[in-house]
Amino acid sequence: MKALFARAVSVMIVVFARAVTAVRAIWPESGPPQGQCIYFANHSSHGDFILIWSVLPPWMRVRTRPVAGADYWLKSSLNRFIGCDVFAAVLIERDREKRLQDPIAVMSDALDAGSSLILFPEGTRNETEARLLPFRSGLYNLAMATRPDIPLVPVWIDNLNRVMPKGEIVPIPLICTVTFGEALIIAPDEAREIFLARATDALLALAPKPLGDGQ
Amino acid sequence: MSAAGSDLLLLLFGVGGVLILASSIGFVLKQRLSPDGSNAVIENLNARINAWWIMVALIGIAFLAGRVGVVILFGFCSFAALREFVTLTNTRRADHWALACAFFIILPVQYYLVATEWYGLYSIFIPVYAFLFMPIMAVFRGDTERFLVRIAEVQWALMICVFCASHVPALLSLDIPGYEDRNVLLIAFLVIVVQLSDVLQYVWGKLFGKTKIAPRLSPSKTVEGFVGGVASATLIGAGLWWITPFSVLQAGLLAFTIAIMGFFGGLVMSAIKRDRGVKDWGHLIGGHGGLIDRLDSVVFSAPIFFHLVRFGWSLT
Repeated sequence: MKALFARAVSVMIVVFARAVTAVRAIWPESGPPQGQCIYFANHSSHGDFILIWSVLPPWMRVRTRPVAGADYWLKSSLNRFIGCDVFAAVLIERDREKRLQDPIAVMSDALDAGSSLILFPEGTRNETEARLLPFRSGLYNLAMATRPDIPLVPVWIDNLNRVMPKGEIVPIPLICTVTFGEALIIAPDEAREIFLARATDALLALAPKPLGDGQ
Repeated sequence: MSAAGSDLLLLLFGVGGVLILASSIGFVLKQRLSPDGSNAVIENLNARINAWWIMVALIGIAFLAGRVGVVILFGFCSFAALREFVTLTNTRRADHWALACAFFIILPVQYYLVATEWYGLYSIFIPVYAFLFMPIMAVFRGDTERFLVRIAEVQWALMICVFCASHVPALLSLDIPGYEDRNVLLIAFLVIVVQLSDVLQYVWGKLFGKTKIAPRLSPSKTVEGFVGGVASATLIGAGLWWITPFSVLQAGLLAFTIAIMGFFGGLVMSAIKRDRGVKDWGHLIGGHGGLIDRLDSVVFSAPIFFHLVRFGWSLT
């Protein structure tokens, strides 16, 4: 019963997101990734993974789980229902001092169970003017420690921060795009800084150029 | 069935016939020139024709549903158009309330006023009330960066996407003696003439176009396409006099006016796209681009057509 309700809510959320943002996926030339992978995306809004989710074909959507902070998604029973039941989020504890479980272990369990993951390597929502915050190490650690062969797919979410800036409750209907890039594979013994720089560049390369440049 | 109903059905069958012809031509061209789907022009032509089937079906259903159907259809068109327009503007966080107000209050109120035929208010609601209240809402946040640009853009978006577009369903509120219950055919006349003018400009341009008419604004528009398209749309408009309260000559002159306004509407909206560095307003309609790419000529001709008919033929 609860599962059915969660499914209905997830359909409603996707329909609502599409009605507001008319979101459109832009795939690389090789098309959508065919197997298990880790999507890594820029993060500026709570709706980010909903948009990625909305544009994934339904058969991929059911196997794709967002990675999110346990502190936020366990805060209230509504948050818990949306986070755990509707989106089946992989919840990680962000606070180093207090945490009981290692985030890398939690994520790698989800990968072992066959899920694809949506990861925001900036670690928190970007509320600055910069296009990206420096990546944390999670993406590198996860790929290096557990599954070095897994494709890492960069995903740029554009415009959602204008739809619903922090602190606003009414979304403004604006057109959003979700651009997927070609997958990266981590090289054996690739250094942390080199890999993170490579991943950052791959993600930034997908960002559309600012409006109003003319031609 | 009423006279308006049978004229409307006749018209829909006529448009359906034209589309069947277009689809057949598209099919033959594809077989001859692009059997493997590699000719971009042919593929785009067929995508456009397929999108036309859907647009005609939607408008047909709205017409048969009557006033409420037409108002709702154009209300949604305004919503999608406003969304495309605002996406390309410089709005900042400080505009959030003003924009929410534009989408969720001003747009529905304007269409409600049109539905209730309150001419005295819907004709000034956006040019006067929204014009003054939108910048007041924006000023509350105290962000002065590019202030004039931002408020001007939002007002322009509302005028084009909501105010002008709402003059299409507003045609239903005109009170023309001897033309009672037939006003929906005025919308059909406007939409058919302006869209055929666009299509025929494209066809004439593809067949005979040599001289670019506005190379910096719209490289695909040609003098030959413009003259051929406007002339043939004028003749078609004159030939549609039987669905209007106009004489043949009047119908031709109004069709000419609509076609010219539509052409310049397309140019103005192209200039905005060039400035913003985009090729299309969006991706809503396969082969055509965004909704505004299809609606630009309608929004420029609708208010002029509305006021000409109101001045010349309507009692209200």
